Amino acid sequence: MELLVIFISALLINNFVLHYFLGICPFIGVSNRLDSAFSMGLAVTFVMTIAATVSWLIYYLLLVPYHLEFLEIVSFILVIASLVQVVEMFIKKVSPPLYQALGIYLPLITTNCAILGVALLTVLKKYNFIETLIFALGAGLGFTLAIVIMAGIREELEFADVPETLKGAGITLITAGILALAFMGFSGLV
Amino acid sequence: MSAAVTSLLVMGAVALVFGIIISLAYSKFRVEVDPRVEEIFDILPGVNCGACGYPGCQNYAEAVASGAAPPNKCTVGGAEVAEKVAAIMGLEAGEVEKVVARVLCIGDREKSVWTADYDGPQSCAAAHVAGGAGKACSYGCLGFGDCVEACPFDAIHMNDKGIPVVDEEKCTGCGLCAEACPRDIIIMEPVKNRTYVFCRSQDTPKRSREVCSVSCIACGICVRLAPEGLKMEGNLAVVIDPEKVTDQAIEKCPTKVLFRI
Repeated sequence: MELLVIFISALLINNFVLHYFLGICPFIGVSNRLDSAFSMGLAVTFVMTIAATVSWLIYYLLLVPYHLEFLEIVSFILVIASLVQVVEMFIKKVSPPLYQALGIYLPLITTNCAILGVALLTVLKKYNFIETLIFALGAGLGFTLAIVIMAGIREELEFADVPETLKGAGITLITAGILALAFMGFSGLV
Repeated sequence: MSAAVTSLLVMGAVALVFGIIISLAYSKFRVEVDPRVEEIFDILPGVNCGACGYPGCQNYAEAVASGAAPPNKCTVGGAEVAEKVAAIMGLEAGEVEKVVARVLCIGDREKSVWTADYDGPQSCAAAHVAGGAGKACSYGCLGFGDCVEACPFDAIHMNDKGIPVVDEEKCTGCGLCAEACPRDIIIMEPVKNRTYVFCRSQDTPKRSREVCSVSCIACGICVRLAPEGLKMEGNLAVVIDPEKVTDQAIEKCPTKVLFRI
């Protein structure tokens, strides 16, 4: 039950994009088309889950025993950057079509603050290993959900008569704001 | 002291482990790519301007290596690069026609009418949206230099009267300035074409006369004198064949907006 609450809360209530406002860059940048938004979401979920669990291991097996908690941000960034590198090479070898689909998004994930945010929050919330795994998975799927909804709206917006001054980034940010308001409705869920 | 040493050791160890993992992964998962892609990429200018029609030099190199693109699409590199790329691919280079940007407005601050003061954001795009920064002509150059900022080659500069001037030597024909111009005054043209009507105004003849002393007033004299060289497009005369624009037509232009450079 506890795990379900963590999952739902990361997925909907404390959605990383629409509640914490983390990972806005890919959220705005890669939400032009539905299929690429979905790939991006899956890539983020994948990297987020691995990065959070490995970061958890590094933190509790290395940093805490040696009293080096102050190094968490530096070491987490190291973990994320290295992981993305390995994941990229792995996907390139194993599944070229997936590599083509993800394209530049994979390296972009390295600098996605939502990933670092998840890793830091698991430490802050003192989650154990399983909870961390579930939390990261929920957060990643929450990101996917948000970016896919956003892409769906933006594809429709292409046909809308947007005032000249609001075209492009302006209407996108307004849409994101309204979407965030809508997600506030989940706050009474658990 | 001890914290510094342990953090150094621990972080060093972690970094080393990740480094080893990455290098192992690299040797294990390395994918053989067409070596020509890398060779071509090394020759290309690497400015990722997109003039070839691909998002960047890497994509273009891949397209050439796979045979999907001809070797002469890089206008930045010109004939030299095309030849080298063609040599790698074992093809004939084909002609690369040098293309440059042309600014089709000469209505500078002295020659055009300004009806309001503008102190909003100093960019053409903003001024254009705000109704034109007080310039009466709604087709002419606004003079804030969005094109100058867009140019990665330092090839376009504002003159002291607020009209951009293209340095033909430096211009590579990438077209980024033309994209940046909110009024579409800049066009990309082969460098050998040198005769233009330096105006884009579609205003009525009366309005054109009122707002600018060097605008096309759609009198049609040039079109009558050189019907094969020019034609009317609405309220604007446009050069269709620079070779066939006669000296007489240039001379008779009442506002002197048709000329050779």
